[in-house]
Amino acid sequence: MAQYLISVLHDTTDLATAEEMAAIDAFNTQLQADGHWVFAGGLAAPGTATVVDGRHAEPVFTDGPYVESKEHVIGFWIIDAPHLDLALRLAALGSRHCNRRVELRPFLG
Amino acid sequence: MSDVGELITRVHRAEWARLVASLAGRFGDLDIAEEMAAEAFATAVERWPVDGVPPVPGAWLTTTAHRKAIDRLRREVRREEKHREALMLSAAAEPLGAIDDDRLRLVFTCCHPALAMEVRIALTLRMVGGLTVPEIARAFLVQETAMSRRITRAKAKIKAARIPYGVPLREDLPARVTGVLAVLYLIFNEGYLASDPGKEAVRADLTAEAIRLTRLVRALMPADGEVAGLLALMLLTEARRAARVSASGELVTLAEQDRGAWDRELIAEGHALVRARLASGQAPGRYQILAAINAVHTDARDVRDTDWSQVVALYNRLVRLDPSPIVRLNRAIAVAELDGPEVALAEVDGLPLEGYHAFHATRADLLRRLGRSEESRAAYDRAIGLAGNTAETAYLVRRRDQLAGA
Repeated sequence: MAQYLISVLHDTTDLATAEEMAAIDAFNTQLQADGHWVFAGGLAAPGTATVVDGRHAEPVFTDGPYVESKEHVIGFWIIDAPHLDLALRLAALGSRHCNRRVELRPFLG
Repeated sequence: MSDVGELITRVHRAEWARLVASLAGRFGDLDIAEEMAAEAFATAVERWPVDGVPPVPGAWLTTTAHRKAIDRLRREVRREEKHREALMLSAAAEPLGAIDDDRLRLVFTCCHPALAMEVRIALTLRMVGGLTVPEIARAFLVQETAMSRRITRAKAKIKAARIPYGVPLREDLPARVTGVLAVLYLIFNEGYLASDPGKEAVRADLTAEAIRLTRLVRALMPADGEVAGLLALMLLTEARRAARVSASGELVTLAEQDRGAWDRELIAEGHALVRARLASGQAPGRYQILAAINAVHTDARDVRDTDWSQVVALYNRLVRLDPSPIVRLNRAIAVAELDGPEVALAEVDGLPLEGYHAFHATRADLLRRLGRSEESRAAYDRAIGLAGNTAETAYLVRRRDQLAGA
């Protein structure tokens, strides 16, 4: 088994609709039932981020995301899958359920 | 080159894909597979002239490469883990689909949709076709270092993302096979009209490998019309290979070919496939239409017997599926036979194909037939400047020099 990160890509300030939330819950339940579930979560808007640099004597805190872009990551799943083909199928289902594009990326093995 | 050197070259062509595929199956790692296959051949170059050629060269290469791979894994720092990984991956490499052929698994792995199209072609040519990185780079008109990086990145992604080494499950097959066919067709074309001026004009090893792999895909998906169409297209094209380049190494056009030199067996097989597809009553795709066009050409005993109205009708269907300028250029060539060069030239002139040698070669021929020698000469010059294939260049130079007023 390998682990993959499915990042949910978002390009507006809209939150998920009630319908989308219900679909995501159903997908999560399915992932758990099939043994693919590791962890998942939604993230607050990029405006709530703080960049922290603790490499020096005094840590420096800077307001805002480290990179300004039209798109950002709004949530993620971490899944267990034996190979990319199955992970791709799960990512496609995840994309359909949350109604957004996703990026699939393997963890270092 | 010595006799042994020539033999090693022949064995390389015959055994490369099989060797890489079996190493990939055993060790689950394309890097190790490729490097150890290359090392085994390097050892053969050293040993065979001294020790003599082994009775079964393929088996010798497999044994040598497998030993080298095991030695290398033992030397690795993370030896235990690698060993376990290799064993696990070879167990995971049990055939997922219906056919257990190492080379077909290698093809589906190299043609995985998670890889960019250009990467799929490059990887397939390297791992399955056995082309060198410089050869692939020239075929793609990119720098060798860029091509090398592209292939290295692709292999790293296959490993890290765990792209499975196998034929996909039946439910994933239809979506995956389209990309595989595109790659196989490009390999066939690279063999049929090699793009490299330093190479022989036709590379029968590549066309043969493309046909062999397409046959395997067809055995896997016998009901798929496009798989059958591509196989028929390749067979009907391959049937004319011997007649296509003259003894002096010059391209011979379809109209001038010695039709007695065509391979009747391949033509019969191609025609049977095309007839079976027509009888299915299903709407044909791109490869089936191209195969049908080639069936019309190979049906004619003499070029004068060619049913050009049928060829144009088939091109009309193809244009509806794929209105690209290259399809329209090929349609215009058939239109020239049916309606004359003037009508064809009017269609060709509007096409945005300035950088494509066949566009200028077609214009040159049409202008020649219209008696417009000076314009024809200029078009031949453009075509010669852009053509990469040796036989094609030789043909274009002769036609240019035969123009009136030369």
